[in-house]
Amino acid sequence: MSFSFFWRKILLTFAHVLQDPSKIMSQKHIFHFIFALFIAFSAAAQDHGQATESHGTDTTMHAQAHTADQPMHAEEGAGHEAEGHGHAEYDPAGTAIHHISDANVYSILDFVRIPLPMILYAPETGWDVFLSNKFHPGHHEDGHMAYKKYVMHHGSVFRIADPAYTAEEAEVEGFTHKVEEKEGKPVDVYFATIGGTEYRLHPRTTLDGGVLGGGITPFFDYSITKNVLSMILVALLLGFFFIKAAKAYKANPDKSPKGVQNVLETMFLYIRDEVAIPFIGKEKYMKYLPLLMSIFFFVLGLNLFGQVPFLGSVNVTGNLSVTMIIALVVFVIVNINGNKHYWQHIFWMPGVPVPVKILLAGVEFMSLFIKPLTLMLRLAGNISAGHIAILSFIGLIFIFGKSGESMSGGAIGTAMAIPLTLFMMAIELIVAFVQAFVFTILTASYIGAAIEDAHHGDDHAHAHH
Amino acid sequence: MTGTLAAVGAGLAVIGAGIGIGQVGGKAMEAIARQPEASGDIRSGMILMAAFVEGAALIAILLSIFVK
Repeated sequence: MSFSFFWRKILLTFAHVLQDPSKIMSQKHIFHFIFALFIAFSAAAQDHGQATESHGTDTTMHAQAHTADQPMHAEEGAGHEAEGHGHAEYDPAGTAIHHISDANVYSILDFVRIPLPMILYAPETGWDVFLSNKFHPGHHEDGHMAYKKYVMHHGSVFRIADPAYTAEEAEVEGFTHKVEEKEGKPVDVYFATIGGTEYRLHPRTTLDGGVLGGGITPFFDYSITKNVLSMILVALLLGFFFIKAAKAYKANPDKSPKGVQNVLETMFLYIRDEVAIPFIGKEKYMKYLPLLMSIFFFVLGLNLFGQVPFLGSVNVTGNLSVTMIIALVVFVIVNINGNKHYWQHIFWMPGVPVPVKILLAGVEFMSLFIKPLTLMLRLAGNISAGHIAILSFIGLIFIFGKSGESMSGGAIGTAMAIPLTLFMMAIELIVAFVQAFVFTILTASYIGAAIEDAHHGDDHAHAHH
Repeated sequence: MTGTLAAVGAGLAVIGAGIGIGQVGGKAMEAIARQPEASGDIRSGMILMAAFVEGAALIAILLSIFVK
């Protein structure tokens, strides 16, 4: 009975939203609407794509925004200027990067945009805390409004650099993107068009902290982004499942596990018996088991959460900063637990001649940092590569369809894209497990090497003779 | 032009990693065939070694991304 009630509720919500598209953004309906989308997303795609964009703008306004968009896309393409064409060249690489990046709005299938809290700090204006729907994010996660000197472009926040701009809120007509020379290096500069004037935006913070020329933003962004939200959700989900399983063990300790408890037990025992005990040792593994389990299930949960189709396909474990922090935790734990023999093997390898000792000290010292570095890169690289591959296959539709100009080309592209995407998703499902496992097994082996007793010290001496 | 060279570099790194992981996997399969009772140990060792080879390739790929 409750099941049919649920479906009726979903369909009613869907009908309700169709009648009044402006309701889409109201948070009250979003959760029902997500389910409704699974049923009928393809049929209603076009209506809604436009409905979310319009917020009191007329059609001429739309036309302006689109023409302002075009030179930007043409520039981002691999040198293909779309001169005289109505359509900008489709840019698969740019699109893929846009979709795997973190964002300040949680978009589902380009029609549901869940606003996320923005927590921004700039030395001159102080703290600003507001929801990201103040930007009215539309197509491509570009904000249609500027709020307190901040604008949203491609899902991330930019700050207007021009001191001439003072408005509290203003309509953004479009974004342009230019490449400027700065100390001999090409630098991306973004401009926002507000009221016919192009305002320069501050450079985006780059991965390298501005060392390679990207520049550093003059504001600090502590926002709950899409990735942060996903991490919180996955952590809560894991907590829920594990507490449920733990209660089940307490309630009937003699019964065989079932349901979610069974799934977790299988994986838990596998990690304990195949990873923790062989690499760390029977006496000491209990101390490190919580760390290994947290890493395994957190990484696995995030990998799998990113694989769910139509759910925003977040790329959390493919984000270098996320994996960097996990690798940093591993680095710290390995090195504060390292015993005398571990450090001796790094700086003064026993059982080898002195010149080799000096040479090995350099190599081992470097490998101290290379180990967490590869840990960080491997996970981020694999997960991002999987997402990019899926997005490229989906991009075939637009490459063959010439961005919507050729219907038959689009059909051929779709026919190619569907099996390829399904194949890639199946591969990614394996990769999600393998990478979580590899991360855990490497952590265990690093810890094992750091706390190993010197019982094989004699072997070194024997090998030397 | 430099972009193309970076792509060639990424491709070379992938060739190297492919040979390496192929060797690891092939030898592990041989070892399992010879001693099926040790398959558990061999398999986890195989994954570990494949991960090490892949790590080297990933550094090369990342460098080829950064060197525009």
